Amino acid sequence: MSKELIRLQDLTMEFDGERILDGINLYFNDHEFLTLLGPSGCGKTTTLRIIGGFLTPTSGRVLFDGKCINDVPPYQRQINTVFQRYALFPHLDVFGNIAFGLNVAKLPKAEIAQRVSEILEVVGLQGFEHRRIDSLSGGQQQRVAIARALVNRPKVLLLDEPLAALDLRLRKDMQNELKRIQQAMGITFIYVTHDQEEALSMSDTVVVMDKGRIQQIGKPEDIYNEPKNAFVADFIGESNILDGVMLEDYKVKFFGRTFKCLDAGFAPNEPVDVVIRPEDIDFVPPEEGHLTGTVTSVTFKGLNYDIIVDFKGFKWLIQTTDHQPEGATVGIRLNPEDIHVMRKSEYSGMFGDYSSYSAEYDELTEDAADEEE
Amino acid sequence: MKKNKSLLLSGPYVLWMLVFTLIPLGVVGYYALTDPSTGVFTWGNLRDLSLFLPTLGSSVWYSLVSALICLVLGYPVAYYIAHRPPVTQKILYMLVMLPMCMSFLLRTLAWVGLLESNGIINQFLNLLGIPSLELIGTPGAVILGMVYNYLPYMVLPLYAIIVKIDNRLIEAAEDLGCTPVQVFSKVVLPLSMPGILSGITMVFVPAVSTFYISQKLGGTDTMLIGDVIERQFKSAGNPNLGAALSLVLMLLVFICTGIMNRFGSDEEGGVVV
Repeated sequence: MSKELIRLQDLTMEFDGERILDGINLYFNDHEFLTLLGPSGCGKTTTLRIIGGFLTPTSGRVLFDGKCINDVPPYQRQINTVFQRYALFPHLDVFGNIAFGLNVAKLPKAEIAQRVSEILEVVGLQGFEHRRIDSLSGGQQQRVAIARALVNRPKVLLLDEPLAALDLRLRKDMQNELKRIQQAMGITFIYVTHDQEEALSMSDTVVVMDKGRIQQIGKPEDIYNEPKNAFVADFIGESNILDGVMLEDYKVKFFGRTFKCLDAGFAPNEPVDVVIRPEDIDFVPPEEGHLTGTVTSVTFKGLNYDIIVDFKGFKWLIQTTDHQPEGATVGIRLNPEDIHVMRKSEYSGMFGDYSSYSAEYDELTEDAADEEE
Repeated sequence: MKKNKSLLLSGPYVLWMLVFTLIPLGVVGYYALTDPSTGVFTWGNLRDLSLFLPTLGSSVWYSLVSALICLVLGYPVAYYIAHRPPVTQKILYMLVMLPMCMSFLLRTLAWVGLLESNGIINQFLNLLGIPSLELIGTPGAVILGMVYNYLPYMVLPLYAIIVKIDNRLIEAAEDLGCTPVQVFSKVVLPLSMPGILSGITMVFVPAVSTFYISQKLGGTDTMLIGDVIERQFKSAGNPNLGAALSLVLMLLVFICTGIMNRFGSDEEGGVVV
């Protein structure tokens, strides 16, 4: 296992009496790609700014290589940042921007030129040395911002929603690019985003945050497959979340029916939240189904149909390539591995019901977007 | 239709410019190039200007020194204001503007009262047993008057530029290893350049053509080109020479601002420090 590089101990942060961070404990390993994921206002950017040295936590400690760096100013930290919307220097050209940190460090001219041209190659901007910043496209500015940080060979690179201002296509390309650069250079990346897909596809470790607290830490697969509470289940992908009762290990009851499941370790008859992912559900003829319901809405999404099915007044989202007409009576079967049981939390009952479903549901989570400062 | 409307709206200003700027300018040009007694075309007035070159030189010198002093005094003030909370910024901005609400003449006369041989400052010094100082009638008094009168013209454009510098650029510089001093010299100062240039222009241009300040605060050896021009029109009764001087002064101002703008755009071209 790679060694621990940064540790956050009991970080809290308050602005004007409002608690932004509430007891953050987290460590970052060397060479890791770790993503802080959450909706705007969850404290992810604040956490990043504390690591970068731009904010001093109200209480708690930041350890870097085992040493407390709370009072170390940003310019003395072996950390560089790729800022939201880049923050490139408008009075310098591409070369001037990228060479900025090296000039400050007073490296020999020849070495600076050498390193700048190397890093331009890494980000695919050879020949752009003397272009003005305002003559570059968003994606190019993004690459300059990344190059400007990476050229200093930091131990840790902080990235604050670096792709938020790019269009979808470019964002996908840059995701791959970033992952490639991270692996090629072997630098720890701490990445902040509100985009769950971005987080899942790039990260070694995902930290889901909400309301200034860490909700779950884990590998992308674990976060997706084993969400800890209703918030995580809803924020990462789509989820149908139902009230259930854990009768005993491997047996959960909901909708008046007992299902086998893979979860254990709950108290007998403990009330729980049951998560069923929309893509795990298969239609069967009504007479063979564990449950039967009526299709109330069908939306074509390209890869699949989003079908809303009314089961006894509770509406589920089902994603399938298997078209069903509106008004049809359908049956579903649930296999033990399709059912995920979570303990009740403060988020229970807030998510996972598609009664108010509209075709825009996935855009709603996107729009809060990048205004978090 | 739309074009007509905008023409209509800009009409009064265009008319104003025509009547009160362009036509008088033509008159100045006419006087500058005609003989005082005969009224025929001549280069004579412009030839006589060589007599006034030293005065012109000292005007430019005094104005430049004043502009630089204004910059040195004004920059920290503008920087300070730009980094206060918005409400405080408004109040401080108002305070900087406040002297401009008073008459320019009054402000200068107030300094006369302070600096005179038996003025307030000297009276105070005498009270302490210190002999009177020669304050008024010195180049220092003239520069003091210029700095005092034109300082707001330096602070305001500087403030307007500094307040717009994105804080993330400062964070980015810190992030890339800059100490606070380096942040200032490598990012804040270069980005303030447009404000510095317009501040210098705003101070230099009125200062170079002023006559009142040097008349009231200066002595016989601190005569400025503005005084000379005024005298040609009034006591000396040679408006043709005055017009020629004005014309040259105007050209000089144009050239100076031109050089400064040029310098400004070069600066933005992206020189690696």
